[in-house]
Amino acid sequence: MATKLKAVDAVTIGVGWTGGIIAAELTKAGYHVVGLERGEYRNTDPDFEVPQIHDELAYAVRHKFMQDPAQDTYTFRNDARETALPIRYLSGFLPGTGLGGAGVHWNGQTWRFLPWDFETRSATIKRYGEAKLNGATSQDWGITYAELEPYFDKFEYMAGIAGKAGNIKGSIHPGGNPFEGPRSREYPNPPMKTSYAGMLTKEAAKKLGYHPFPQPSANVTRPYTNPDGAKFGACVYCGYCERFACEMFAKSSPQLAVLPVAMKTGRYELRTFCNVTRINLDSTGKRAVSVTYVDAQGREFEQPAEMIFLTSFILNNVRTLLVSNIGTRYDPQTGEGVVGRNYTYQMNTGGTYFFNKKVFNTFMGSGAMGVAIDEFNGDNFDHTNHDFIGGAYILVSTTGARPIQYHPVPPGTPHWGAQWKKQVVRYYNRAIGINASGGVQAYRHNYLDLDPTYRDAYGLPLLRITFDWGPHELNQSQFMATILRKIGHAMNADIVAVSPRTGHYNSTIYQSTHNIGGAIMGTDPKTSAVNKYLQSWDVHNLFVLGASAFPQNSGYNPTGTLCALAYWNTEHVIKRYIKNPGPMA
Amino acid sequence: MGELSRNAFLKLAGVAGTAGAVNNALGQPAPAEAAAKPPARELQAFTFLTPPEQRFVEAAIERLIPADSSGPGAREAGVAYYIDQQLRGAWGTGARQYRQGPWMAGTPEQGYQLNLIPQQVYRIGIAATNAHCRQAYGKTFDALSGAHQDDVLHGLESGKIALAEIPSKTFFSILLGNTIEGYFADPLYGGNRNMAGWRAVGFPGVAAAYAGVIEKYNVPYKVKPVSIADVEQGLDPDPGHAADEAHRQRIALMHARQQTEA
Repeated sequence: MATKLKAVDAVTIGVGWTGGIIAAELTKAGYHVVGLERGEYRNTDPDFEVPQIHDELAYAVRHKFMQDPAQDTYTFRNDARETALPIRYLSGFLPGTGLGGAGVHWNGQTWRFLPWDFETRSATIKRYGEAKLNGATSQDWGITYAELEPYFDKFEYMAGIAGKAGNIKGSIHPGGNPFEGPRSREYPNPPMKTSYAGMLTKEAAKKLGYHPFPQPSANVTRPYTNPDGAKFGACVYCGYCERFACEMFAKSSPQLAVLPVAMKTGRYELRTFCNVTRINLDSTGKRAVSVTYVDAQGREFEQPAEMIFLTSFILNNVRTLLVSNIGTRYDPQTGEGVVGRNYTYQMNTGGTYFFNKKVFNTFMGSGAMGVAIDEFNGDNFDHTNHDFIGGAYILVSTTGARPIQYHPVPPGTPHWGAQWKKQVVRYYNRAIGINASGGVQAYRHNYLDLDPTYRDAYGLPLLRITFDWGPHELNQSQFMATILRKIGHAMNADIVAVSPRTGHYNSTIYQSTHNIGGAIMGTDPKTSAVNKYLQSWDVHNLFVLGASAFPQNSGYNPTGTLCALAYWNTEHVIKRYIKNPGPMA
Repeated sequence: MGELSRNAFLKLAGVAGTAGAVNNALGQPAPAEAAAKPPARELQAFTFLTPPEQRFVEAAIERLIPADSSGPGAREAGVAYYIDQQLRGAWGTGARQYRQGPWMAGTPEQGYQLNLIPQQVYRIGIAATNAHCRQAYGKTFDALSGAHQDDVLHGLESGKIALAEIPSKTFFSILLGNTIEGYFADPLYGGNRNMAGWRAVGFPGVAAAYAGVIEKYNVPYKVKPVSIADVEQGLDPDPGHAADEAHRQRIALMHARQQTEA
């Protein structure tokens, strides 16, 4: 029997970037918020201290900051005709857990999605005709880039993002990304330093007529205080971002940017090791009354709240909706229903350039220290003669070269033995990696639902992922590979090794943790789970944040956009919803 | 930072090309000198692997990462002890593995579906490989010539050698993965002794702060690597070293934050 607790204004299910933003904004506005985090409490001092935090085996290989599949995992299949089986060792993607979520161990690559990304369907039909969609069920978001711009700006200043603007109010600024949507002002911090690999990339890209620019980064480039008074240090380029936490207070995270602000108000209560098992509705089914959670002692609690914010990892957002029977479940047979619809991912096409006479010191770096080009992202290029829509941003990034996971060898090298070792020693410091981070379109047969067989440690059904690449992704990868080869040759690399992705999506090979969709936003309750304010169409005091709301994926990393959406959501909640609770759209 | 002080800084930080013997973060000798000293006797004890398994692992890992002119191979680097410790501990006993049935064979895209923890994978895999070797060559794996050992390892890797209770490819990929881990993981885990793996490739280890040197292009950064134990055992970085600068910045910031929050 659950112990019923005193009601609060708002509860967040999960405390990462979105849960932290909700907490800061609502508590500043005078409301009481409870944050329920399934994992541990952790903070820079003492949990992210050196030297222990620079332990590649513990963090990068054994996944110390990641969701433990022994407790909770996913089942996976490429095709609905197969039997989904549990992912017994999470490896293809790595959801975080613990305070701050993936905002602790991320690389800090912080983008604004392109204006085109928000209008993928209508803009594609307008420019190329409906046939160009070729089976994609990609949709418009119901929000435009222009509407979201002030909230991108707000996030960038709260998080201390470093970068160089390419487009300020429509005027193009050399050195920035000329393809980006217009921004209202410059980034709050100057771009990161440029590595030797980045410098060569810049030169090669210019030679080819492209417009290289420094990748926007949440690795703060100078001591910085955000508009709420939160303080950051400066990045020292230690090369331990992705899968690690920052000891320098320099990689922006919920712990640095937003949670201290919420704590200071005295109106925020954080509860760790509290795992939410369901959202409870009233008898009408149109209003949420509380969440039920279990703490580390196995005690069950019911926390009533006026507003509930689902702010966990996207897959866990969708699973919570499904187990709570909120919204119509998606049916891939009919294409109807919304919860689980339009599950997408990220298509990465990678390459390595090997040089016989250059050294790169790639162990120096930061998670978002890269030189990028955007010529082939979104609809920045004419797709008339291409057999796909969307695209990729192309990046040479120096994120650190921890040797268990990074020891590139040229194609044709044996996987072990004397020759392998010789090539590892020869090329460890003489190679650079390039990546085309590509968008993924939605298809009717890629979706999320509850697994009929397998259960988690709480007895809840695992989420079942049915996913494979479609024609847009596989064709995109072939095309991007030609560009990556061209850049490698322009750089005069001695060996240019590029492999487009082919075949089925493989859940065992790490590709990205940019799982996307399943509770998507839109203008029509028949084709979206939440409206443009991220408010559930079915339960008006439930807001579902994060990348679960993206109807399909951009080439960019999702954090910048999902955080902008969180600021957009809270502003509408505070200014409109609380004054007049009910559907906002 | 002015040009003069920048040069001094780079020299202290151990960037190659500067004259004379350079010191690393710990003020210890540069690699060539250190390598000349015999390594101290290290604690060596197996806790999980049986003697025949020890012989198999030591033989196999030396074929996977052999000694050569760049330095010791996996055996001398202690990788057998790394594997033994991993097997005894959380990973070897099934930590972070979803352990609920039903158990079914899946597609390659669905990944590991065996009802076996890593300890069992090694136990079964080694016994079955030795059984294959006895049948094919009349002796166990560790007693074969290097060329025959390579043939067996290739057979496991490709799946051409079929083992009774476990897919040979799965056993091989776990063995190879662990060998690379042990060769390059921090020495605290039992492998990478004397930081042999890090020295071979030129990885500087855990004391890492490069804001002052990262824009020095195409210049090798040659320092003696630094392990977690090196730092924990109280060895202060040289004054002026990048790691020291980072440490000072961090402490100053922590104090500033504590004052703001108090």
